[in-house]
Amino acid sequence: MAELPGQIRRMGGGISQLLEQIYGFSRRCLFRVISMGPTPCHIAFIMDGNRRYAKKRGLEDGSGHKAGFSALMSMLQYCYELGIKYVTIYAFSIDNFRRKPEEVESVMDLMLEKIKSLLEKESIVHQYGIRVYFIGNLALLNDQVRAAAEKVMKATAKNSRVVLLICIAYNSTDEIVQAVKKSCINKSDNIEASGNYKHEDRGSDIEGTDMENQEKKIQLVDIEENMQMSVAPNPDILIRSSGETRLSNFLLWQTGNTQLCSPAALWPEIGLRHLLWAILNFQRNHSYLEKRKKQL
Amino acid sequence: MGEKEKRASNRKMPKHVAVILDGNRRWAEKRGLGTSEGHEAGARRLLENAKDCFAMGTNTISLFAFSTENWERPEDEVKCLMALFEKQFRAEMPFFQRDKIKILVIGNRAKIPESLRGLIEEVEEATKSYEGKNLIIAIDYSGRFDILQACKSLATKVKDGLIQVEDINEEAMEKELLTKCSEFPNPDLLIRTSGEQRISNFFLWQSAYTELYFPTVLWPDFGEAEYLEALTWYQQRQRRFGRRV
Repeated sequence: MAELPGQIRRMGGGISQLLEQIYGFSRRCLFRVISMGPTPCHIAFIMDGNRRYAKKRGLEDGSGHKAGFSALMSMLQYCYELGIKYVTIYAFSIDNFRRKPEEVESVMDLMLEKIKSLLEKESIVHQYGIRVYFIGNLALLNDQVRAAAEKVMKATAKNSRVVLLICIAYNSTDEIVQAVKKSCINKSDNIEASGNYKHEDRGSDIEGTDMENQEKKIQLVDIEENMQMSVAPNPDILIRSSGETRLSNFLLWQTGNTQLCSPAALWPEIGLRHLLWAILNFQRNHSYLEKRKKQL
Repeated sequence: MGEKEKRASNRKMPKHVAVILDGNRRWAEKRGLGTSEGHEAGARRLLENAKDCFAMGTNTISLFAFSTENWERPEDEVKCLMALFEKQFRAEMPFFQRDKIKILVIGNRAKIPESLRGLIEEVEEATKSYEGKNLIIAIDYSGRFDILQACKSLATKVKDGLIQVEDINEEAMEKELLTKCSEFPNPDLLIRTSGEQRISNFFLWQSAYTELYFPTVLWPDFGEAEYLEALTWYQQRQRRFGRRV
């Protein structure tokens, strides 16, 4: 009789494992069906609503971000299983530094813990062969977080299956300003270099002038090359949770033609159905856009 | 107090409303009309909405009339649009002058027909002294083109020694973007009709904190009632700009 509770627990554990396997199998079948249509190459997420989630459930502030992290891991798993190669997440904006110091510190501590955990053997990075980039003004981070981020980037540099871009201490306007500055510096360096050539080769003065004018002009490609996010194509879909419909200074340059989705669910409540809905909409619009292109 | 006045007295009115006027062609198709009729209906709706908007206290309205990508549309449609712009500018000059609306056209003017270019210059000149109401019309505009021209302008200033590279910051960029003409360069609210949920390369930099509203109604059907719905929606937003409320 004393063995019965143990047996029941083992049976319960066995059943739940079985259910998990059935769920996983059904999910993979569903993903196979969805991948028959056009699949987005790059999805970006604004993970909004962690604090509201904690407040709603009467939990302390930090638990919202922890629940948010679990939701993130699930989302990444679904994305990579679906064959989406690039995922970008808005982890921490430069604007967020203006929050209460205690909150900023607690978020930084959580990020340090989670960044370090990416290097563990059981982490999602190893499971899916993820190359991780940290995008943002990393100089604004404390030394520990910055060092951990650089370690992860170095350790995953050889991975090439899928990519995770973590925007931290990031603002799109800051990214654009840095790219503009680099373009200006590169152009003045080029002009100095081409100036030397012109003196030495008098035979082709006219051509030299044309080349010089071309080189002097900053092109769109110059700015694009100098964007930190140039390591990935533009996002096909941008999902912002919690029902807010604004970009909050995220990927402004890159989302000119991106489909924007704003499910009402708070970030820790985000699930597979929201992702599937966004992708189905993408597939519907994709065929409409292709049709319009053919009409042109 | 009428609905309009009630709205105007409410402090939380958007100072700058941006509009992507999408859906003219689909509206015409639904009614068995030609594309040009769709655009004409769109133009009429535009002026009605602009009047309402200014009456409710908005300072700046921006319209995405023609994007850089629109040059790829059929030649006939492009010609019809250019002709429509000319017709509207001429027809509405009295209205702009009567209501003291400053007209500003932003975009790359190199490719638009010369007659239209000349007319734009006339309209801008005639309305340049007005204050308090700005109507920005984006013709052959794209957000990336705007950022690129700002970058080129800054690069020239660096080359000429007027500024150092270190001086290039967000404020410096905003002073070069084409929206510098308005006291409120960044839209508070951006409305894109017809249900498409994308910015299509309209204001990129300027939309950093803009509330984006995507009603499914087609542009020629977007009237006063629909605009009031948009305003109600806007006024319920909690704008945090990255901080806690």
